[in-house]
Amino acid sequence: MYAQMIKTAGTGVKSPEEMTEEERRFQARVDANEKIEPKDWMPEDYRKTLIRQIGQHAHSEIVGQLPEGNWITRAPTLERKAILLAKVQDEAGHGLYLYCAAETLGVSRDELTEQLLSGKMKYSSIFNYPTLTWADMGAVGWLVDGAAIMNQVPLQRTSFGPYSRAMIRICKEESFHQRQGYDIMMKMAQGTPAQKKMAQDALNRFWYPSLMMFGPSDKDSVHSAQSMAWKIKMNTNDELRQKFVDQTVPQADYLGLTVPDDHLTWNEERGHYDFSEPDWSEFYDVLKGNGPCNVDRLTARREAWAEGQWVRDAMLAHARKKAATKVAAE
Amino acid sequence: MTRDQALFEFLCRMGDNTLILGHRVSEWCGHAPVLEEDIALANTALDLIGQTQLWLGLAGEVEGEGRDADKLAFHRDAWDFRNLLLVEMPNGDFGRTLMRQFLFDAWHTILLGRLMTSSEPRVAEIAEKASKEAAYHLERSADTVVSLGDGTEESHARMQAALDYLWPYVGEMFVADAVDQAMAEEGIAPDPASLRPEYDALLGRVLKEATLIIPDSHFAHKGGRDGRMHSEHLGHLLTQMQWLQRAYPDARW
Repeated sequence: MYAQMIKTAGTGVKSPEEMTEEERRFQARVDANEKIEPKDWMPEDYRKTLIRQIGQHAHSEIVGQLPEGNWITRAPTLERKAILLAKVQDEAGHGLYLYCAAETLGVSRDELTEQLLSGKMKYSSIFNYPTLTWADMGAVGWLVDGAAIMNQVPLQRTSFGPYSRAMIRICKEESFHQRQGYDIMMKMAQGTPAQKKMAQDALNRFWYPSLMMFGPSDKDSVHSAQSMAWKIKMNTNDELRQKFVDQTVPQADYLGLTVPDDHLTWNEERGHYDFSEPDWSEFYDVLKGNGPCNVDRLTARREAWAEGQWVRDAMLAHARKKAATKVAAE
Repeated sequence: MTRDQALFEFLCRMGDNTLILGHRVSEWCGHAPVLEEDIALANTALDLIGQTQLWLGLAGEVEGEGRDADKLAFHRDAWDFRNLLLVEMPNGDFGRTLMRQFLFDAWHTILLGRLMTSSEPRVAEIAEKASKEAAYHLERSADTVVSLGDGTEESHARMQAALDYLWPYVGEMFVADAVDQAMAEEGIAPDPASLRPEYDALLGRVLKEATLIIPDSHFAHKGGRDGRMHSEHLGHLLTQMQWLQRAYPDARW
């Protein structure tokens, strides 16, 4: 899941007394774990929030091709090149499922794309960090996909049917991505001194940005409470971040790499790791467009879209000609 | 030249074509005009790299000097590459990339079809697998060439320019040398010239539907498949592709 800081539409959770009859029926269905389908009645704010969330996730898959695409032409073996190509292809496919899920809510893929390119909609902050060495392909799979899975697994049970089904498909592929990332890290961490240095450097650079992927603490947010009541958000950001840290630290230990946090300790009483918060001012800078790669990423997408205009126009024109010929023949 | 030396050369030609074209196509990753094209281009590149593993893997086996597919891909210099000049040409715009793909796929599909009856079973086996993928590539690239050729005024002009630019690189596919003669005599691979009539017929059909005009010239740039003289572009491609392997020769990835 690559959606962060999704602004939940509306004013927060309503009590049953404040709800209309339709809203009460809707909430009862959600509470009973029934799936809401596109043609069913739904509160306008539920629809709006889902469009934001699914759209941001889709955009993240699309922009997320760029940092990994950056290494396809330099992959060190044919097998690694093939695996990376397959992975980036999967990501484009995930974007496609998600745009399709969003379309069922009444927004077209082109509209969402325009909003991404104009900066009105965001994609995950993580993709505004550069991929500088081959070990970064490992770190992205291990940490970034790992963090994404934390959120996506519970979202398989989300209340909106098309979103839930997209998540089920996506989760299957993401776990393969995470494994291949970890496999690269393992080769690097057990490799030559230079490879080990690359692996540690990748962990150093990606650790905190990965923790930021879950967004700042939202345990007291009324908006999050509403999204959780609608079951389009299944856990708080802090719960997921903690789960991620608990899962990842032993993996780093196994690799012989050091998590770049002097305060990282196992807390026997809590049964969890204590860890340092990321620098949230950096996070807000990245969201505002000041991450290391924001400008380059968005420029790449804008150029691809602008330079592809003639192709899209031509395909449409050709399809129309063919349809016209068919009609004439009938 | 012994049979195995000729076979090694032939296998490098097959594998280098798919390797270099796969590399070029993968350069599009994340930059295609529509999402479906991004997926299709990555898929094409993936197929081509998979075929490279098979062809170059077999090449290393036939050579018998301990070189595997990776060694051949990442540790040879430009003059040892045996790919057609066509596939090392830069991508240009999307139209040129798809035109190059079509010109290659048409030839590749016909050749693989013939190789399925090769007297060398290992060649026939790879051809069998690759031909299914190539047939799909051809279907897609031909459809796209038709849509863009017969799309708008602008797309038509771009596709005609792409064809004009790439046409001089087509002829190299059909020129035979001693390697080809040896392969043909052994029944391993067909004489390249024998593929031309089918190729011309296929091109004629698709390009006519695309409302494009095949240049009236048979001039052919040569030097890729025998390694005598590649374009300047190949060296740059290799510096990128081979960099990690060359910079860290003692590493395993």
